[in-house]
Order: sequence, then structure tokens, then C-alpha cells
Amino acid sequence: MDDIKHKGDGFKSRYIPNTEEQREKMLKSLGLDSIDQLFDYIPERVKLGRRLNLPEPMSEYELLKHMRELSSKNISTADYCCFLGAGAYDHYIPAVIKHMLLRGEFYTAYTPYQPEISQGTLQAIFEYQTMICELTGMDVSNASMYDGASASAEAMLLACSSKHKRKVVISQTLNPEYRNVIKTYAKFNNIDVVEVGYKDGITELSNLESVTNKEVAAVIVQYPNFFGIIENLADISNITHKSGCYFIVVADPISLGILKSPGEYGADIVVGEGQPLGNPLSFGGPYLGFFATTKELMRRIPGRIVGQTTDKLGRRGFVLTLQAREQHIRREKATSNICSNQALNALAATIYLTLLGKNGLRKVAELCVKKSHYAYEKLIETGRFEPVFKAPFVKEFVLRINEKNIMNDLTNFTECTERLGNKESSENVENYSLVQKLNKKLLKNKIIGGYDLGRNFPELSNCWLLAVTEKRTKEEIDSLVNNAYLGGAEE
Amino acid sequence: MRDNPLIFELSVPGRVGHSLSECDVPSKCIEDLIPDEYLRKDLPKLPEVSEVDAVRHFIGLSRLNHGVDNGFYPLGSCTMKYNPKINEDVAALEGFSSVHPYQPEETVQGCLELLYKTGEFLSEITGMAKMSLQPAAGAHGELTGLMIIKAYHAYKGETGRKKIIVPDSAHGTNPASAAFAGFEVIQIKSNEKGGVDLEDLKSVMGNDVAGLMLTNPNTLGLFDEHIKEIADIVHNAGGLLYYDGANANAILGIARPGDMGFDIVHLNLHKTFSTPHGGGGPGAGPIGVVEKLVPFLPYPIVELKDGKYYLNYDLPLSIGRVKSFYGNFSVIVKTYAYILSMGSEGLRKVSENAVLNANYVMNKLKEYYELPFDQKCMHEFVLSAQKQKEAGVSAIDIAKRLLDYGIHPPTVYFPLIVKEALMIEPTETESKETLDEFIDIMISIAKEAESNPDTIKSAPHNTPVTRLDEVKAARNLILRYDFRL
Amino acid sequence: MIIKDDLKYSNEHEWVKVTGNKAYIGITDYAQNALGDIVFVELPEVGTEISAGDAFGVVESVKAASDIYSPVSGTITKVNEELIDSPEIINEDPYGAWIIEIELTDPSELDELMDDKEYEDFCLKEG
Repeated sequence: MDDIKHKGDGFKSRYIPNTEEQREKMLKSLGLDSIDQLFDYIPERVKLGRRLNLPEPMSEYELLKHMRELSSKNISTADYCCFLGAGAYDHYIPAVIKHMLLRGEFYTAYTPYQPEISQGTLQAIFEYQTMICELTGMDVSNASMYDGASASAEAMLLACSSKHKRKVVISQTLNPEYRNVIKTYAKFNNIDVVEVGYKDGITELSNLESVTNKEVAAVIVQYPNFFGIIENLADISNITHKSGCYFIVVADPISLGILKSPGEYGADIVVGEGQPLGNPLSFGGPYLGFFATTKELMRRIPGRIVGQTTDKLGRRGFVLTLQAREQHIRREKATSNICSNQALNALAATIYLTLLGKNGLRKVAELCVKKSHYAYEKLIETGRFEPVFKAPFVKEFVLRINEKNIMNDLTNFTECTERLGNKESSENVENYSLVQKLNKKLLKNKIIGGYDLGRNFPELSNCWLLAVTEKRTKEEIDSLVNNAYLGGAEE
Repeated sequence: MRDNPLIFELSVPGRVGHSLSECDVPSKCIEDLIPDEYLRKDLPKLPEVSEVDAVRHFIGLSRLNHGVDNGFYPLGSCTMKYNPKINEDVAALEGFSSVHPYQPEETVQGCLELLYKTGEFLSEITGMAKMSLQPAAGAHGELTGLMIIKAYHAYKGETGRKKIIVPDSAHGTNPASAAFAGFEVIQIKSNEKGGVDLEDLKSVMGNDVAGLMLTNPNTLGLFDEHIKEIADIVHNAGGLLYYDGANANAILGIARPGDMGFDIVHLNLHKTFSTPHGGGGPGAGPIGVVEKLVPFLPYPIVELKDGKYYLNYDLPLSIGRVKSFYGNFSVIVKTYAYILSMGSEGLRKVSENAVLNANYVMNKLKEYYELPFDQKCMHEFVLSAQKQKEAGVSAIDIAKRLLDYGIHPPTVYFPLIVKEALMIEPTETESKETLDEFIDIMISIAKEAESNPDTIKSAPHNTPVTRLDEVKAARNLILRYDFRL
Repeated sequence: MIIKDDLKYSNEHEWVKVTGNKAYIGITDYAQNALGDIVFVELPEVGTEISAGDAFGVVESVKAASDIYSPVSGTITKVNEELIDSPEIINEDPYGAWIIEIELTDPSELDELMDDKEYEDFCLKEG
């Protein structure tokens, strides 16, 4: 051990209750003199033999101060007005949720393997499963999965194993990150992923029809799709089922407050990102993936699932069920390797849906529709943006920046470009795109602008994907409209 | 006694539990914006309750649960340590919790810095070259690690390496993850000390083996002294060594997987690094790799250049994405806060105390319960209820009887290589007083197994519900509320 | 433990009852006892061709799930649909609750299987 005196020497942690005297007593009962003897059978050559190179321990107040400083290096949607969506949404989270989630009985519990002392978690999941079934129009739901993307990949795997086929068809209007996760999972399971293009913002049906055949296990589309547009599920369902494939729908749960459920269109598996239901943005996680399916597939559903039963006195109670297909029993033959769910996030979703109720959820969805359409029309009215697709949308839409009109003052264009552009951007874009420049400009107006579709769709460069949730006020939307330009007068 | 009502049974038409602003934009009606054919006619049957109804319902549910905050939770292999409250507070700071993952990099420098530094800390703790924080859970980390193993061998043109070796004492996730990543699973036996049987390992190693998955200390709580020899056998045959970090609470600051010879490590932040289990999630399962495997990590990776943090997507050999965005960020915030609270000295004390607590309890109980592997343990140990079984009391009965004392039972029937297994992990956050109380209760149950086995077999007696009929639940699947009732 | 003298047994604890060129296959009393209360049986499709040693279905209890292997080769001609709603009949009457009927392609495979005495010894060794 090095001989430099560290601040950490003799450090007492408030999380470790035993005193030095107690430790000595305990060692004595084991016939030992020192803690080191507990580790004496670990070979010397694998022992660390030095101190870990980590910062000195902080007091609680030092930590709080440090964390506040670190967090203040970020711009938060609490201070800025957010028009960014693309898979994570700034919906309002009722105060009740935070208070319920901080109940130690909920958040410090493990997976409910001992049902007698876990009825709280189990019943909440049962209620969650019921609500997800109601939203999606499906027969059964699991207890939730990691996120929407991995739930989509699990849906693909379920379809392939159930159909004994190694090919799936996905639409390019599916969230690019979901497509990437699906492809990662597919690659390691020897599954072919065929992508179908889009036309007018929705999955191109003729293309879909030409690649969907008996070799395909499933067709996966998003609803509303990545561009915010409502896909024609009736036609896609027909094409899919005609070839005997499973129809997998990736749905936005808020939109399901007004849209027909995928179940009504004959979906076989419905998955999606549950974050919009009462879960904070948290820089991308933890979120929850929901996963619902039909009676036909219920015994193959991956992940945790809660079922109703009775106790010895005949009282209603809940247990984890269908566990025999899970990894801790089935090992390499399990239906999935997943052995957890996002229970606390699912609880947040359950409380959210409880508070909103059937009319509240519809109202949130309607507010999104009305406000997003207002923003859409106002932005086009400025002449600085052009519509890209004409299909109906719910809470997100695409606009193309009119390169000429976006400049408030053309003489400043070069200067503006130089000032804003450099090489630090993500996804290896050499220079800032017009969308990035516009978003940077809007940050000065305390507005977080939309998603740059050029990141994933080369044909959609200069295209902006904006999300308008129920939180956005007319004043905020008007501010976006008035400030969405580049150059000149902004200085 | 009355059934605890479901939220749907409390619903009263017309009640509201929310408050939404009125629409302040001039607008047409919905039917003019979205064609009628797309609109749902039947609203989802969500409950209609007031805010106070909702609060009482969920508080009522919470009271039916047992968490670490309620009492002792020696659930083996799950590391149910105390979850510090300040960590919840700092993760909830708006500058972390209200940040959109697609915001421009210059607006999320604090988040990226936190991810970067947590990665550095975990690399130092495990002895790995680089971490990816993307995997959402331990099993997800395993899957990611196995994909990396596959990608690495494929890159080297060794596509014939299709087998993953897993000891028979391993967590069920190991073989499941290996199969899920497209590998064939080869199980090897444990030796009489619960470690890897070197001869058995040698006999299965070959150029068709991609790697070995190992937990060290293993699921019996025993450190495999031959870890270096094991690593050599695997490496000499061209395989990679995967470390299941489920038991990392035993080795913080004491030994590092990297120094033992492991090539890939996953950690369960919800075990070792004090983030709460949340009733089954969310957790986080970051993975670390040695230098030669860094190019295969999932993208994006947070990097630092010229004082700016950025997300690097330019990883041509990357296995791809395994999850949206960058991992379970707020879980990582709590981990970062925990490491800063503990420092190197504190983390070493975590393991020292975890190991001391386990040995202390083991030593006091071995007189009353069979101890299949009688040697010093690490952070957990496995007893067998074989003695009690003779009186007709099995491990599950003992588990249920503990519920009557307000103690969460140990993990039962795992690992599979011990009959009637009771796997006990006290963790470092329990005091000697708590351990002594547990020891007394376990001894009294052992005595009760002889004097009054029926009390144990019919336990629990003091819980919100008694034993539930799992057979009925599985035969007669009721997986959602039936509104027709 | 019940073992019947008119059946053949496999070391995966399946029984085979031969009638002409057809055979019924089920799981033994020992197997159902080891599994506990059976909650679900996954049945194959009629018409499936299988070889000796192939898994053709799964029996699930709350604590275990076990593949069912066919001790003989042939084409599946019938499945016991009663098991879909009443899997518990395997617990109640393991030798009555057949799972599949198979048309044998190689009756000589039957010679490889154990008779009742051999199977009893086998079970004793398994503990």
C-alpha cells in the first residue's frame, strides 16, 4: 500500500453501519485478526495491491453542490421550450407520480419473487398489463421491457421463432434507432432484415407487397410513424396477413388515446416506447418498452408477466407466472434472456394512465393534434418552410427549410455560417446542416428545435421533424414561428 | 377478508385525476384534422378516479411490499444493499431529468461529462480499457458482450468458434444470453470446491470455442483461486473470457477482473453500485472490454476532445446499437454519485464489510444448516436445507417462514448444483445487530423444523396474503382485468 | 412410482406403447412426479416427421419446463388435444395421457429402449 496519507484514510461511510469494535468482534468469532485474512486465499498476483485511482470521497453536501454544478452545464426542458421528439417526448408529468415512485416499498424492492410480500408491485403490474391491453387492443401484455427499441427487436425474435422463419420486413418510416437495434439483434440470430421505402411519408405499399412473401416471419411498421404520420394499418395488415406473416406495430401510447388501436387492425404484436406515459426524458433513459400480443402467442411472450390467482384463504392475489419459459429455469432454451422488467417505469405509466383516465388521455392527444397543426400552419405561413408530406399526423410533422427564405438578411449568410459551423457535430457531419444552424439560433431564444432528419435520411436534408406536445402554449409556438430564421436581425 | 381493490374497481364515471390546460390555439375540431377512419370509437377503459383516490390506492399497494427500506433483504446474488437517498435527489435534478437525448451536444455537456467519467471510474474499478454504458441490465450487458465476442472472432476470420462454455453453477442468464446471441452452450462441471474443473475445461477447449463465461466469486460465493490458470487455458486456445459482474460487490478495490485475465466484464449498477432495483427494474448493465475489443463496442461512445465531450458514432467495427440513446442515464447518475460518495477507500470498505458480514453469518449458521462448501466465503454463501428436509421442511418453507419475521428470504433453489439451496448475501449495509437477529431467527426456524414443522410448512402467517396458488395461475391464465365482471 | 410392464421406456423418461405400426408416446410417472403440477403442454403439428431423439414438444410445470423427446422415428399422426385444456391429466394418469401418436418408420428402434425392469433400475440410479 502506498504511504501517501489520503483524505479517504479512516473514511467512515454512513452506508456501512458496523463500527471498528463490531468488526473486531466479528473477526474474532471467525478466529481471525484482520480483515485482510478474509481475502488471503485470493492469489497475490491477482490482488490489486494498490488503491483504486478514484476521487476522494465527498460529503453529502459537497456531492449535492457538485451535481448541481454538473447538471447546470446542461440545458433543461424545464427552462427551455422543447419541440424535439423523435422517440422521446416532453409531455407533462403529474406531481403525484414522483411522490408515489419515491415510496421505499416500491423502489427499494427486488423483482417480486416472493408474492406474499410483493403484492404491491404485482398488482400494479397487473393493472399496467390491463391498461396496455386497453390502449393497444390486444389480449395480453407483459410486465414491460427495456425500451421501445429492444421491445421491437424482441417482437421480431418472437415472430421468427414462432414462424420458424429467418426474415422480417421493416418500414423505413420506423424510427432509425429502432431499425438499428433490430438489425443488431437480427445479425446475431441470422435473421434477414428487408427495408421497405416510403412514399408521401408512409410505407410504400407496392414495395411492401413485393417483398412480403411466405418466407417472411413478420412486417414491422410504426404508428404514427417516425415522421409523425398515421400509417394505413388496414392495408398493411391485409398485405401482411395475406402472406401468413405476423403484423407487428410499434405504437405511440399517447396517440392511442384517439387513434384506432392496432388490435382493431389485426396486429399480432404491438410494442412501443412507454416513456411518454409519465416518465421523464432523463437524457434517454431509463424508459420502458411495452409489449402486447394475442392469445395465440401468449405462452411465448418474452419477459416477465403477472397473473391472477388466489391464496390459501381464497383471497385474490397476483404472482409472476409463465416463469418456466424464463432464463432462470429454461437456461439456454429460454424464450429470451431478459430477466427483469422496467417495473418502476411501468409503475409511473400506470399512475399516469390512472390520473389521466380515458377522457384525460384523449384530451392530451387532442391537444397535441391541435397544437401541432397550429404550429405546422403558422410555420408554413412564414414562407421559410415548405410542407414535405401531406398525410395526416398527430403530434409530430416534417417541414423542409426553404434555404433562401430562411435567411432574414442574406448579406449575413456567410458570416452566420462561419460563426455557427465547426467540426464538433455528431454523426460525423463535416459541417453543420441548415437544421443544426437553425436549432442553434433557436437556442438563443430558449427554444430547443426539432430533429434533423438529414442525419438518417439523405433525401431529407434540410428537413426538420418537430414535436408539439400538450405542454406547448400558443405563446411558445408563436415564439418558435417568429424566431425560426437565420442571420441578420437576431444579433 | 376483502380483496384489495383494483384501480378499475374504484372507477366512477365522470371523476378526474388530472388538470390539463384548455386549448389556447385557434383550432378546428379533431375530425377536420384527422380523417374519421383513423379515430377510435371505443375509448380505452382507463379508470376514472380523483387524485386522492389514486394516491390512496398506490400508497395502499406500496404497503403490501417489502423493500430494503423496510428491513433485511439477504437475497443471494442480488446485492440488496441500501439505496442512498441523495442519489435519488441528484438524479431528479432538472438539469439531468429534463434533458432530451437529441439535444445538441453543446447543451448536454454535463450529461456527457457524467457518462464519460462514470465510464472512466468503472474502467479503473474493473481493470478494463473502456466501457459502454448502453446496456439496460445485466442480462442485456451479457448479450452485448457475447455479440462482441462473436464480432471479434468473425473479424479475425475465426467463424468456426460457435461454442460458449458455461459452468453448471452459473446464473441462468449466462446460457440464455449465449443462446440468444446465436452460440451453442457447453456446460462444464464444478469441482469439489465449487470452482471450475480445470480438466473438464481443458477437455472442451478447442478452436470451436468462442469463450468462457464466469462469475468470480462464483454463485457459491467462493473465489476461484485458479482463475489465472483458467484464463490461460481459455486464451491459449484462442477464446475470450467473460466476467459476469453479478458478484462484483465482493472485489471492489481488492481484485479486478482485468487483472484476473478477463476480456469482457459487465457490472450490475443496481447491485454493486447501490442503485435501487425498483421492484424489478430499471437497472443498468454497462460492459467493459480490454483494448483489442474496444472497436467492437456498441456505438455511440462518449469521447473527450479539446475540452468538449461528444458522441462518437464513427466505429466501423461496432456491433451496432443494443438500445435507444445512451443507456439508462438516471441509473448512471446514481452510480456516479455513489462512487463520489465512497471514493476508493469507501469502495474497498464496501467489499471488506460485505465479505465480513457474510462470513460472520455463515459461521454462526453452519452448525444448524448443512454447509456444502465449508471454507471462507466472499460476499455470500450457500446453505442447504437437506437436514430440515428430513423433517419434511424444504428450503421454500424456510423462506416463507422468514416472511413472518419481516425478513426477505434468501435466494432458494439456486445455484442448481446444491440441493435445497439457501443463498444468503447480507451486504455491507447491514449492522451486526441485524445480522445477529437474523441468525437467531434462522436458528429458531431450524429448531422449529424439528419441533413443529407444520408451522413452517404453512407459513407465512403474518403477510397480506398467504401462499398463492401458482399452479392455478399458470393453468388458468388471467393476465388482465376482465371488465365484464 | 408406477411402471407398467406393457410399455417401452427411454432414458429421457418417455414411454412408448406400440400397436401395430403405430406408437403412442407419453411421459412416465417418474417424469411427471419430478416436474410437479403440469400447467401446459406444447404440442407439435400433425404430419410432422421426426427422428428418434428429436424434441417434439414441451411440458411445463410452474418450476420447470422440459422438452419431450421422441424415442422413435416416424410421422406424427395424432396429438392429444385434451392436453390443451387439461394438462393436469398427465399428473393424474401419466400412462393414460398419451401426448402424440406416431407412425413408425423404423420399428427396430424399439429394441434400443428399456423394458419395465431396466427402466426401474435406471430410475433408481437417477435417484
